[in-house]
Amino acid sequence: MRWQALLPLVFATLLGTTACSRQEPSAAPAPAKADARPEQVIRGQYLTAVGDCYACHTVRGSPAYAGGLEMATPFGMLYTPNITPSKAHGIGNWSADEFWRALHDGRGKDGAYLYPAFPYTNYTKVTREDSDAIYAYLMSTPPVERKNRAHALRFPYNQRELLAGWRALYFRPGEYKDDPAKSREWNRGAYLVEGLGHCNACHATRNMLGAIAKDDDYSGGLIPLQNWYAPSLSSSHETGLGSWEMRDIVDLLRTGVSARGAVFGPMAAVVQHSLQEMTMVDLQAMAVYLKAQSEKPASEPLLAAHKPTAAETGALLAAGAMVYKDRCETCHGGDGKGVPRVYPPLANNQSITMRNAVNPIRIVLNGGFPPSTEGNPRPYGMPPFYQELSDEQVAAVVTYIRLSWGNEAAPANAVEVQKSRGVPVE
Amino acid sequence: MSRPYALLLCLLLLAPSATQTALAQAGAKAPDTLEQRLKACAACHGDKGEGLAGKNEYYPRLAGKPAGYLYNQLLNFRDKRRELAIMNYMVAFLSDTYLFEIANHYAELQPPFPAASTRAPAAELARGGTLVMQGDAARQIPACTACHGKALTGLEPAVPGLLGLYPPYIAAQLGAWKNDKRHAMQPDCMHTVAQRLTPDDIGAITAWLVAQPAPAGRKPAPAGSLRLPLECGGLSGKKP
Repeated sequence: MRWQALLPLVFATLLGTTACSRQEPSAAPAPAKADARPEQVIRGQYLTAVGDCYACHTVRGSPAYAGGLEMATPFGMLYTPNITPSKAHGIGNWSADEFWRALHDGRGKDGAYLYPAFPYTNYTKVTREDSDAIYAYLMSTPPVERKNRAHALRFPYNQRELLAGWRALYFRPGEYKDDPAKSREWNRGAYLVEGLGHCNACHATRNMLGAIAKDDDYSGGLIPLQNWYAPSLSSSHETGLGSWEMRDIVDLLRTGVSARGAVFGPMAAVVQHSLQEMTMVDLQAMAVYLKAQSEKPASEPLLAAHKPTAAETGALLAAGAMVYKDRCETCHGGDGKGVPRVYPPLANNQSITMRNAVNPIRIVLNGGFPPSTEGNPRPYGMPPFYQELSDEQVAAVVTYIRLSWGNEAAPANAVEVQKSRGVPVE
Repeated sequence: MSRPYALLLCLLLLAPSATQTALAQAGAKAPDTLEQRLKACAACHGDKGEGLAGKNEYYPRLAGKPAGYLYNQLLNFRDKRRELAIMNYMVAFLSDTYLFEIANHYAELQPPFPAASTRAPAAELARGGTLVMQGDAARQIPACTACHGKALTGLEPAVPGLLGLYPPYIAAQLGAWKNDKRHAMQPDCMHTVAQRLTPDDIGAITAWLVAQPAPAGRKPAPAGSLRLPLECGGLSGKKP
């Protein structure tokens, strides 16, 4: 797992039923087992899940929060640190003030600048109260005596002092301030999405120095080195949610599947470790804020403007139609409508028609499962076709689904497919 | 994955899966079955977990292996004790409960075994047979039957059967144990055994195993029916 993937992958070991488990607004109070831990710790566990600290600070199959995850970045390799309360290797000697300074101002215990792969550009918006709760929770977890590994960044990126310049250009510390013109729900959503949720760590394009233009930039981008495309959340042509029902947005975030599509790749991890732990109230707030983003004017011309001509796509489409009939139609249907919450629709599915075709290409090549969640514990899988289909066949079928049933997008080509075969599956 | 098989993978085409009536006609529902959920697995392991004989024999038969063994492997792939990128990815986001259910599903299936292949030279087969049935005391190699059952159909709840697999898979796995590429829970007894095998031993064992006819009884030997010569981890086959 790499770089910005880490950022959004949040999780928390929120097994157990606690006061943190999601509340159905109309449900009677659950006879949950009394959690004897202090209120602040319980709340901190929830917030740690919202921040998906687990995603970057845990290696799969190893103890939670003990760090050591390799994050390949365009600047070299980062190794995430141990954030368990180990005094020798973790944050056991940190004070709540120092922890707050890390989140709010991107500095380590000794005051040194932290690399912004740690999303303090987002976490700076977190309130002091929430920071203290996360600190209290992490300090309550079992210490793991796992030594940290030094980063292996290339010169000049290995010179931490140079981050002063980066910060001057791209970082303004500051807690989230409510926008009085917006509803309470919208503001809660903004606090979560822009802050702990750090959605734009992936859903925005980073510049040459790994920075994101604006706090509320959700214009989408290719996740460097990982080569999944994190779609724009503000363009209605991508996964802008303007045309989505609230229920479908919340379904997707909470269960990993919805009537409009399912999550795969890095987003599956985000749902599994972070979003499915959130309360309905918070998920609704996020959905309100996210839906509002697609009301902004599109920042670039939509692909429909460059609709490819029949001459360009005729042969590809014919070949793609044959592949589709043989391999895809059984589940996704001749009309591309799929089966709600089981087989994602391909018609009117923005993740098929995004400007970059890498996601549909990868899903055809590698298949996969959406995450097991409480709301969808036994997901249906998509078979991998990397053995069965040639680069040309994959390009053809992806082109076919991008241009059928009213979908409009640029054709895919075999070179893109070949490139996708070369990147790590995860 | 060994290089020849990586190449093979790229070259081999799988046959189209059986065409069914399209599920997704307006208002249609997908069958609420595990088999339907696991179409993703069928691409490499066959609809009934029988493997892909003659098409891609790097991927193993899953059917009829003890559920505890299959569950351990799913956990090993998910938690990256065992490495194969596509498998690590497939199960990355699946829960213990679901993986246990998947393991039990394949453990219950009993599709036909592939035809025996006796193409290897007689001397190699004989050597393989001796290693499998008797081991080699001088080199501290226990017989395969000591743990995998007299009929080589495995041992409940978590030692796999060795019949019905394909040569590329068996050879690749023994090689992976030997070269420290495949791991199990500690103490990792197969690692210990594989260290004592030479490449020729691996070839001979593989040749002999794939020359065996389908066993009459396909069930793994009952739990506790064998006293294992080595201590092995992960044999409890615990439920999540």
